Amino acid sequence: MVLSQLRPALVLFLLLSALTGLAYPLGMTALANLLLPEKATGSLINAKGRVIGSSLIGQDFTAPRYFRGRPSATMGPDPRDASKTIAMPYNAAASLASNAGPTSKALLDQVTARTAQLRAENPDAMAQGWRIPVELVTSSASGLDPDISPDAALFQIARVAKARGLSPDRVRHLVQSQTEAPILGFLGEPHVNVLALNQALDRLGQ
Amino acid sequence: MSLSGWITIAVFFLCVVALTRPLGGFLKRVLEGERHLPGRMLGPLERGIYRLAGVEPTREQSWSQYALAVILFKVFCFIAVYALLRLQGVLPFNPGGLGAVAPDLAYNTAISFLTNTNWQSYSGETTLSPLSQMLALTVQNFVSAAAGIAIAAAIMRGFVRRSATTIGNFWADLVRVTLYVLLPACVLLTLFFVLEGVPQTLWSSVSAFTLEGRHQTIALGPVASQEAIKMLGTNGGGFFNTNSAHPFENPNALTNFVQMLCIFALGAGLTNMFGRMIGQEKQGWAIFSAMAALFLIGAGVLYWSEAHANPLFASLGLDGTLGNMEGKETRFGVAASALFATVTTDASCGAVNAMHESFLPLGGMVPLINMMLGEVIFGGVGSGLYGFLLFALIAVFMAGLMVGRTPEYLGKKIEAREIKMTMLAVLCLPLVMLGFTALAVVIPAGTSALSATGPHGFTEALYAYTSAAANNGSAFAGLTANSFWNVTLGIGMMIGRFFVIIPALAIAGSMAAKKVAAPTPGTFPTDNGLFIALVAGVIVIVGGLTFLPALALGPIVEHLAMLHGTTY
Repeated sequence: MVLSQLRPALVLFLLLSALTGLAYPLGMTALANLLLPEKATGSLINAKGRVIGSSLIGQDFTAPRYFRGRPSATMGPDPRDASKTIAMPYNAAASLASNAGPTSKALLDQVTARTAQLRAENPDAMAQGWRIPVELVTSSASGLDPDISPDAALFQIARVAKARGLSPDRVRHLVQSQTEAPILGFLGEPHVNVLALNQALDRLGQ
Repeated sequence: MSLSGWITIAVFFLCVVALTRPLGGFLKRVLEGERHLPGRMLGPLERGIYRLAGVEPTREQSWSQYALAVILFKVFCFIAVYALLRLQGVLPFNPGGLGAVAPDLAYNTAISFLTNTNWQSYSGETTLSPLSQMLALTVQNFVSAAAGIAIAAAIMRGFVRRSATTIGNFWADLVRVTLYVLLPACVLLTLFFVLEGVPQTLWSSVSAFTLEGRHQTIALGPVASQEAIKMLGTNGGGFFNTNSAHPFENPNALTNFVQMLCIFALGAGLTNMFGRMIGQEKQGWAIFSAMAALFLIGAGVLYWSEAHANPLFASLGLDGTLGNMEGKETRFGVAASALFATVTTDASCGAVNAMHESFLPLGGMVPLINMMLGEVIFGGVGSGLYGFLLFALIAVFMAGLMVGRTPEYLGKKIEAREIKMTMLAVLCLPLVMLGFTALAVVIPAGTSALSATGPHGFTEALYAYTSAAANNGSAFAGLTANSFWNVTLGIGMMIGRFFVIIPALAIAGSMAAKKVAAPTPGTFPTDNGLFIALVAGVIVIVGGLTFLPALALGPIVEHLAMLHGTTY
């Protein structure tokens, strides 16, 4: 009984492997690159002849003249000792979340430190009575979250406008024009793509 | 909580309801060898495959032959995946030059993918070459899902047939599901995902120079084709480490919605296929209703929990309107993250779009309970339905005891052999989940892998073994699996799969041989609200009594500690 089933088991395994493990992914790769070449290769953004990122993947922004994205828990190899890893925000070669539990002391310390830093960096917004939106001090699931909420962008307007010598209204208008509403009015949350917003800011300056 | 969040849950549920009947009809036509559209196009391919493999599709197998065929096929799957991962360094399609996968990890991954669990002790982008992703893992995503549906079909035949000795041909079922259900659907889904921005390329990465002048290496690959089967086959193994939270796996709220629908689609369709095979679709809808009730309760509780910001942050004066955003993505928000977490653990998918470990304690308890109940709420493709039927047997057995009649289901007497087999399957899961957890939290090899201390660390261990035995694959992902974990989780996954499949096929074999008695006024009807409530109650009580002590030590204690302001 076992022997008579060996042939179908082996032959079907090989045939189905060829079909689903080679023909299907390779065929879909060929078709996708033929029909939708830009999206199939990662929605890359080219500027001045080189790739500056992907429109779907967040980047690490630290300068006051740029809108910040969310904290990222991704790690990368230590440049001084490749056997160790150190914090490397928005490392798109190795996505990672904090996986901190809700009662983690380390999480509470981190959130407290991020809150203090954002307060110090955005004195005008604090003076206007803003409360810091929670997603700006909590890390995203992928470590590559490209978006922030509209409130998290509006909170940063005063700082960005001052760093760039622009009027806050002009920056606010830009944020509003970059805000994406939920799909069909209910799917997902309203959000702003931080890289697209910052690119638009740079274009505004030119 | 927002109106749009509740609308998302409601619209999602209505879409599942709408898909159930057409998919049920289609699945029945495919598995009963009737005429259907893909069959007209791919029929010659199916017949060619049978000829090469020496399969006679009309020659049916007894339950034991069917089970043997499943096991033989799985043996080949194990050998192939293990070999491909161990030899990765010398095989082609490896642009990143990645080396061989370590033995314990290769063993764990092979078991994980052949049991439809897709527990991942590795990060996809830094461990596996495109060849391994395609030829080792994508293949298993297809065939483990197809085998699950095939087994469900065989078990349905056992319940439906009268005085029969056979329950179908595994090889024909496997080929038909792969060729006519999974492949055509995945081709369409892949194109949709690419259209929405999911990459599909053989490049493994691209280098970018960011706006602030830093280098960013962006991992890429044939993501969309794996994403399609990952969701439709309730596999759940991500191309990237952070799974469906990664913007390349799940770029927007629409792809997120479609991914959730894919998880439930076939499991819901199978309830209707069962009804059609009996000749009373109402029986299928009764099963659907019990599942739906448990799903809606879970989704509501999880959404409620996550809509709150972490109370420990209260003194920081934050704007917590968005809820508990640690480990969540902005484009989904808490509603779509909570719904996804419910769906992925009701079914045995295990894909995640938010990190379950960072949910608030009661929120994280919902996925845990869903898995402890055996993933019978629509469930994994195939496994959900036959897992549910085991609970249905317990429910009619209990109803029979209460009124002092021999229990019957669909006109067939349920006797000692069926109940023994049912109990074997139902008791194996808690034994693995609780037994291994107890071991892991007392020995250093177990505790050294945990990222958290206190009750959360206990929950991390409990979640891992629950996920493995239930063949889910999601994790409290702070756990860094070492060889102790890889080996024990592998054992848990195997027991969780085969100690349900084999007893369930044995029940199908003995049910097929039975005669059907005409219903009498004393027959307990299994298509009305009483039955729905009874079977849902059995599922919750069996799970509740077994696991309540463990839940009290983990998430419940952590919830109380959080309200008290304690951190660990």
